[in-house]
Amino acid sequence: MTVRQFSLRVNGTDHLVAAPPMTRLLDVLRHDLALTGTKEGCGEGECGSCSVMLNGVLINSCLVPLAQADGATIVTIEGVCGQEKLNRVQRAFLECGGAQCGICTPGMIVATLHLFEKHPHPTQEQIQEGLNGNLCRCTGYMRIFAAAEKAASSDSGAIR
Amino acid sequence: MRSYPADYDLIAPPNLDSVLQLLHDEAGQWTPIAGGTEIMVLFGAGKLAARKLVSISLPELGQIVDDGDSISIGGGCTFTQIRHHAGIQKHFPLLAQCAAWTGGIANQNRGTIGGNLANASPAADSPPALFAYAAELELISVRGKRRIPYEQFHLGYKKTALAPDELIRAVVLPKRFEKALGYGRKVGPRNAQAISKICVAATGSLRQGRVEEIRIGMGSVAPTPLRLLRTEQVLQGTVPNAATIAEARRVLASESAPIDDIRSTASYRTLVAGNMLEEMLHVFAGASR
Amino acid sequence: MQSERIVGKPVFRKEGLAKVLGAARYVDDISLPGMIFGATVRSAVPRGRVLSIEYGPGIPWDEFTIVTAKDIPGHNYVALISNDWPCLADGVVNHPQEPILLLAHPDRHLLPLAVGAVKIEYEELPSVHSIEESESGETVVWGEDNILKSYLLEKGDVDGAFREPGVVIVDGEYTTGAQEHLYIENNGAIAAYSEREGVTYWGSLQCPFYAHKALMAVTGLAEDKVRVIQVETGGAFGGKEDYPSMIGAHAALLAMKSGRPVKIIYDRMEDMAATTKRHPSRARHRTAVTKDGKLLAADIEFCLDGGAYSTLSSTVLSRATIHSGGAYHWPNIRVRSKAYATNTPPHGAFRGFGAPQALFATERHMDRVAKAVGLTPEELRRRNLLRTGETTSTGQVIRQEIDLPGWMERALDHAGYYEKKARFDRQNPDSLRKKGIGFAVFLHGSGFTGSGERYLNSLVGVDATADGRIRVLVSSTEFGQGTNTILCQIAAEALGVDYDVVEMAPADTSIVPNSGPTVASRTAMVVGRLVHSAATGLKQTLIASGLLSETYTTTELQEAARDYIARHGALCSMSRYEAPPDVYWDDQKYSGEAYAAFAWAAYVAEVTVDLTPYSVTVDDFIALQEVGRVLNPVLATGQIEGGVAQAIGYALYEKVAWDRGLMKNNQMTNYIIPTSQDLPKIRVYFEEVPFEFGAYGAKGIGELPMDGPAPAILNAIAHATGEEFNAIPLLPEEIAERLASRTSVAREMAAV
Repeated sequence: MTVRQFSLRVNGTDHLVAAPPMTRLLDVLRHDLALTGTKEGCGEGECGSCSVMLNGVLINSCLVPLAQADGATIVTIEGVCGQEKLNRVQRAFLECGGAQCGICTPGMIVATLHLFEKHPHPTQEQIQEGLNGNLCRCTGYMRIFAAAEKAASSDSGAIR
Repeated sequence: MRSYPADYDLIAPPNLDSVLQLLHDEAGQWTPIAGGTEIMVLFGAGKLAARKLVSISLPELGQIVDDGDSISIGGGCTFTQIRHHAGIQKHFPLLAQCAAWTGGIANQNRGTIGGNLANASPAADSPPALFAYAAELELISVRGKRRIPYEQFHLGYKKTALAPDELIRAVVLPKRFEKALGYGRKVGPRNAQAISKICVAATGSLRQGRVEEIRIGMGSVAPTPLRLLRTEQVLQGTVPNAATIAEARRVLASESAPIDDIRSTASYRTLVAGNMLEEMLHVFAGASR
Repeated sequence: MQSERIVGKPVFRKEGLAKVLGAARYVDDISLPGMIFGATVRSAVPRGRVLSIEYGPGIPWDEFTIVTAKDIPGHNYVALISNDWPCLADGVVNHPQEPILLLAHPDRHLLPLAVGAVKIEYEELPSVHSIEESESGETVVWGEDNILKSYLLEKGDVDGAFREPGVVIVDGEYTTGAQEHLYIENNGAIAAYSEREGVTYWGSLQCPFYAHKALMAVTGLAEDKVRVIQVETGGAFGGKEDYPSMIGAHAALLAMKSGRPVKIIYDRMEDMAATTKRHPSRARHRTAVTKDGKLLAADIEFCLDGGAYSTLSSTVLSRATIHSGGAYHWPNIRVRSKAYATNTPPHGAFRGFGAPQALFATERHMDRVAKAVGLTPEELRRRNLLRTGETTSTGQVIRQEIDLPGWMERALDHAGYYEKKARFDRQNPDSLRKKGIGFAVFLHGSGFTGSGERYLNSLVGVDATADGRIRVLVSSTEFGQGTNTILCQIAAEALGVDYDVVEMAPADTSIVPNSGPTVASRTAMVVGRLVHSAATGLKQTLIASGLLSETYTTTELQEAARDYIARHGALCSMSRYEAPPDVYWDDQKYSGEAYAAFAWAAYVAEVTVDLTPYSVTVDDFIALQEVGRVLNPVLATGQIEGGVAQAIGYALYEKVAWDRGLMKNNQMTNYIIPTSQDLPKIRVYFEEVPFEFGAYGAKGIGELPMDGPAPAILNAIAHATGEEFNAIPLLPEEIAERLASRTSVAREMAAV
């Protein structure tokens, strides 16, 4: 029975988690930290509904073992709007109909924010590529691209 | 999630030396895990046989170094690092391209070239480019470092030349392809997040219309990533035309051994491999006019 | 047309804020005190007898709750139409992955190990795995003859028409494969039981009252001792119409036996292998057409593969049968249809529900018919598309003012069809990247077939709460398609109040009336209309009471409602379904008014077939549809775009690899759906011919976009390559095989 302690900074708050080192980061977020905004769609790193930022980089949390996230800074959907009520991507998703059933939405929003950090004014090709690891079954992606374009052209900041 | 996490151990020694020592002292007991994009899929599916894992996410393995004559890519470099590196884009553009079509963005941020090569899937995206660029691998253990041409790395299906206590320290690419022609193409079931049905990368040069140099790497047509040595030989010194292309297709079909599997069929792979070879030769012939 | 304040406007999705915040709570986000976890042990063989069950070593079995068929207090079936679907196999299994027993334990991670440790011995029996094998009758696996259901639809004198001198007879056979819904949220259920409350089931589901009925039958509990609550549902597409009754029954049985709340969540591999899929189909068309391109008669044989139990095959077959005639005027038509049993997990509802299969065949066939009489595909359509006043294949008179040729022309125009067709014809001979353009014209019946809506007898309410909120009370559920939003828009519009003060009552069978299942593209048209009349009733009650004047503000209505409740205790207005006049359906003869309304569409696909890898890319797509009334343009456009994307997957990417009923490619890495980099811009256009009996003129749109893309794309591929492909999914491997045999390359390959 291998249980050890690991430290994580999640959405600005420090946590100590006692769990087996191979526990998936996704399960730590959802069960140990009760942050259920991040979803499990496939468990194999294909659908992106578990995507979060780890040390500033977009990753699939179903594929990261806790021990490799020790000491990391993590941002989930619950942490993307910082002090604001909604960030510009969330607002754009509402305005453009980017969310239908909503299950891919948290990962999709985090991935969009990650895209903006690399390409603040992305082209259509860059948007399509930036979201290529986030599967949506409801929208056909059109409203999501529209939301990304709208958010890119609005003023307020990225992830805090 | 079909595995019981408490049945597994994963440790993260602080540096390369301590990892290598562990792999030597407790030989065969610890399985290295880099980005985890392969191992964690097996773990999620309840199919990970290894119970003790050691993390090789180490700073010593995560650098890309340009020493003038070559670029050395640390085994722990991610595909994101590789595709965005200015030197790799300039000198080894096919490799940057292969990195860009490995998985999706999130998986490129974690997947490493060393992990990918050690996993030794015949469908991996980067190996064809490594053949095209005459890559060498630097392997490391407590006994020291050794270098082998990449052609000597794959010994059979999922079997590599790595000793049980060895890691891939770096992939070394000689900077002599700046003027070479290049061709790379991946065929998958869709445009992104796809395991290849077949992929190819080639570098070459033509002089007065004749093939002077050519190096062709191909994936998913054999139990290992394949350098098409006999096809290269038959093309050497020829002018690409209908007859030489037909002959090259024949030799390609005889030196590759694709199979029917869950992603595609042997006959499709053979056909498309030949088509890509033909496309490559047209591209080279056109570019060198 | 009136102009409304809220209906027709792009108001925000009602539950959108929670979704973009990541605060929407789906089944696996919910925990109850004392909750334990459940899992299912499933058959490893396609058909056989269970000889023994052993609980292997290494698992603390005494800590587990185990449920078998013997533990079922009520009936061992999952009630749907016929009751042949076992809740748990009782000694006999009829498909791989059939549930045999259930396990529960507090440690979620222990369950997969426990499932793996149960050793079951079978005596295997011969099994059947295709329509052909089933129809041969060599092995009978269901009933007397493997036939789950059959229909005969007949109009006119088909045989006589085929004997007409000078007719051209055109034959074609078309097949479609299974399709997996791949909702991004897997099936999941939580159930709790107490003697006082009975069973409560929190589920990811479309039809709370279907689950309610099924749980009553399995548990044997009375109507008021079963409560079903739909929670936020992450995609459904029909896959959560029938299956939630099964998983809910399983969770309920474990909850009853263990005395604890039980959560069952499938992982992706289990969900793909074990739950329902779209019915595979085979259609054989024989058409008699005059030399000048008038369709005279159709003789159609249509078959579905239903899987091991009948579930919804009868209704899917019904819709396929009725839609087989497409959007054409047929003086004579016969459709003989059958659903066959095979030893596969039962197939079930999936967006379109038989129409995508039927219309794929019909629209592919029409291009073939056109060719046979030397007409362009568009000219054949012009000469035969239904017009107002003509009758459909079931003899239903088209009463609405329709203009199918005009809509077709508009779609072709948006697509640049004529110019592109000519340009591609000129450029293709010299290119390895062949371009093609093709289209489909089609229809989709809104609402339940025939007397179905009467049978459903939907009931809807609109009420006010003591603190002045207005609620819509329906059992119609939201799973992304916009139910919450449009029903609140309709209620707000009818009441004359702001959209923001109207909300949905929870989809909880103990709170809301049965407004019927959320299927069949009926929510906007049928349920919406009832919401409109219930809301109107509420307004009239307030005005009649003297508490509200004829014109008022939102706040005044809220105050009046509060006053009314203070005086009378409650304020609720109910509305019951009434069939539109002249809707008569004969179930025996399969004729009459099949649907209250049809939506109509013309879709155009532009493709590139790259002859190096033989892959097909859809470069541009036009989706034009007439839908009565667009209630919310952003939501409606999103529905069409999403449906087209799913149908592009159906046509070109999504293949289920079967191994004697077991889905081998049951992971997202090898069941391929389009990513953000695989789809063209989907250009959506709406026409509106308001339907008198739909809410604000609306007809259904949810399923329509599934019907057109596959035939449009394959018609385009035929144009691009000159080869007819008649089976979907059409993968590059099939294209390679066909095209390579036309070229010298194949001769070289054969010589190797």
